[in-house]
Amino acid sequence: MATTPASAALPASTPSSTESAQVVSQWRKSRGPRHLGNQLLFYLGVLVVLLIALFPFYWILRTSLESNSEFVQGVGGANGIIPAHLTLSSYIDDFTQLHFLTPLINSAIVALGCTLVTIVVASLAGYALARLPIRGAGVILTFVLLAGFFPILALVGPLFLLLRDLGLLNNIYPLIIIYLVYTLPLATWLLRNFFGQIPRELEEAALVDGATRLQTLRKVVVPVSIPAVFTAGILSFILAWNDFAFALSFLDTPGHFTAPLAIVVFGQSQFATYYNRIDAAVVVITIPIAILVLIAQRRIVSGLTAGSLKG
Amino acid sequence: MTTRAVTRRLRLPSLGGAPPTGAVVRRADRRLGYALVAPVVILLLLVTGYPLVYNLWNSFHNVVLSNAGAPQTFAGIKNYQQLFTTAGFVPALLRTLAFTVVSVVLETIAALGLALMLHRSFRGRGVMRAAILIPWAVPTVVSAMLWVTMFDPRSGFVDYLLGILHLPGSNTTWLAGEWTAWAAILVADAWKNVPFIAIILLAGLQLIPSDVYEAARMDGASAWQSFRRMTLPLLRPALMVALIFRTLQAFLVFDIIYIMTGGGPGTTTETLSYLNWYAFLVNTNFGVGGAISVSLVVISLLIAGGIVLVMRPKT
Repeated sequence: MATTPASAALPASTPSSTESAQVVSQWRKSRGPRHLGNQLLFYLGVLVVLLIALFPFYWILRTSLESNSEFVQGVGGANGIIPAHLTLSSYIDDFTQLHFLTPLINSAIVALGCTLVTIVVASLAGYALARLPIRGAGVILTFVLLAGFFPILALVGPLFLLLRDLGLLNNIYPLIIIYLVYTLPLATWLLRNFFGQIPRELEEAALVDGATRLQTLRKVVVPVSIPAVFTAGILSFILAWNDFAFALSFLDTPGHFTAPLAIVVFGQSQFATYYNRIDAAVVVITIPIAILVLIAQRRIVSGLTAGSLKG
Repeated sequence: MTTRAVTRRLRLPSLGGAPPTGAVVRRADRRLGYALVAPVVILLLLVTGYPLVYNLWNSFHNVVLSNAGAPQTFAGIKNYQQLFTTAGFVPALLRTLAFTVVSVVLETIAALGLALMLHRSFRGRGVMRAAILIPWAVPTVVSAMLWVTMFDPRSGFVDYLLGILHLPGSNTTWLAGEWTAWAAILVADAWKNVPFIAIILLAGLQLIPSDVYEAARMDGASAWQSFRRMTLPLLRPALMVALIFRTLQAFLVFDIIYIMTGGGPGTTTETLSYLNWYAFLVNTNFGVGGAISVSLVVISLLIAGGIVLVMRPKT
């Protein structure tokens, strides 16, 4: 049990040489007594990391389940670290008095719309950049990468003027296009790297059989790329769902807010002192992200690293 | 999925060699290629290139919306001069650079420890990875409001804990003091961003072949020696990627500042991005705002270039 790490790593790295296996087993024995202590210390570290990562979530959940009167008494008043009494009144207030459903729907529309545009556009470009004989592909890829690092707040002013001139301020739909600055660079690189790894023979076989490029794309390339496109989609959704700066700058009235903006505006309104209500809304917008992470953590990790390290 | 696995699964013959394409097909392919790439390029030019040019133009003109109707006259370098005289640009720049250095250094050290932990295989590794990914994936609004709650003197956990332990600071209104506000911002920022760096560094660690360590161990290297002489140098590419991403993000920090402190108390937590937002949306001065934006772009490029220069493999 205590030696799982070494034994799990070994078979892959050393080609079953008995000599090195001996050396390693001696090394393990020599570390015997210290090993248990190290192991304990290690798991203590794991516990600390888990606490730091998750305890704040517990704390907002706890706060969101307090009523207004319990909340104003503070911690150690009506409720300690573990609340004596739970109520959903903050959640009910959020949806009845503060109409939190509208911003949630707005956020869903914008994030899903942006994700859809991203995966279509980035798949086409990713394929072309990986496979087709484009002059200047390197320049295009560099431009896409640089766009991903562009200072967001430097975009706010000119885009504000543009939207104003087009009469599109206080409208959620332009955000679908504007959020592409968050999603397209990562998705394009990710998919381009993925398409680069598909064996050319697959497509060549289809082309020899008389299929056109586009038919090949549809019948051969698309089916194998569904997992990669799905990964790009999840990451795009997370990035688009998270925006605050653009929403803050371009949206004016509560009916047009996205969910993150609505939460911050709750905090500046007459409800400012009631963190229980604010935290209830925070819990609500965290749920879809938490579910995405739990069902797709491997994809998220591989997407994040493939988009950056292998590029 | 490896390439070979794909071929095998689909049972397609491998042709090998040159693709069977003549000049005509090639030209058609190239045309198709441009058509497929065009949407990405056009859309990204619309959301980055156009604002950059517009900002450049604005930064040399008088563009103040509150003077509606006033002609947008040429201003020379007045807007840039104003950065150094009235706009609070220099203090904000220094503040932002200090925040960038402190947060990136602390976060990278913490992330390296976290990545080394996750690199071992142990029971509960999947749980731990999911647990650290959630703080990264949630909106900054969530991480900021969450730490606003945690640091609240009445309903927060931090002051409550300090009180139970009879430690000083149990009645601190963290966001009301300059240094305590920065401490709260740093904690909230690290909580969200350390996982990202750790994931990148973990991927870097996994690319290091383990026989390197076997060899070092047989040569009698201590754990620290093999970390110092093997792990760190081999981790350099991953470290560079993580540093570029995080340094630029930290330099451009906005959401967390706006939400947690609104730049206060006073102007003590105003960063460059905050100043830029304020110039655009509050002062509606798009000339000065444009000048700040142009500076943000230039400094970002300098930072990215600097990191690449320092971190590139020495030959």
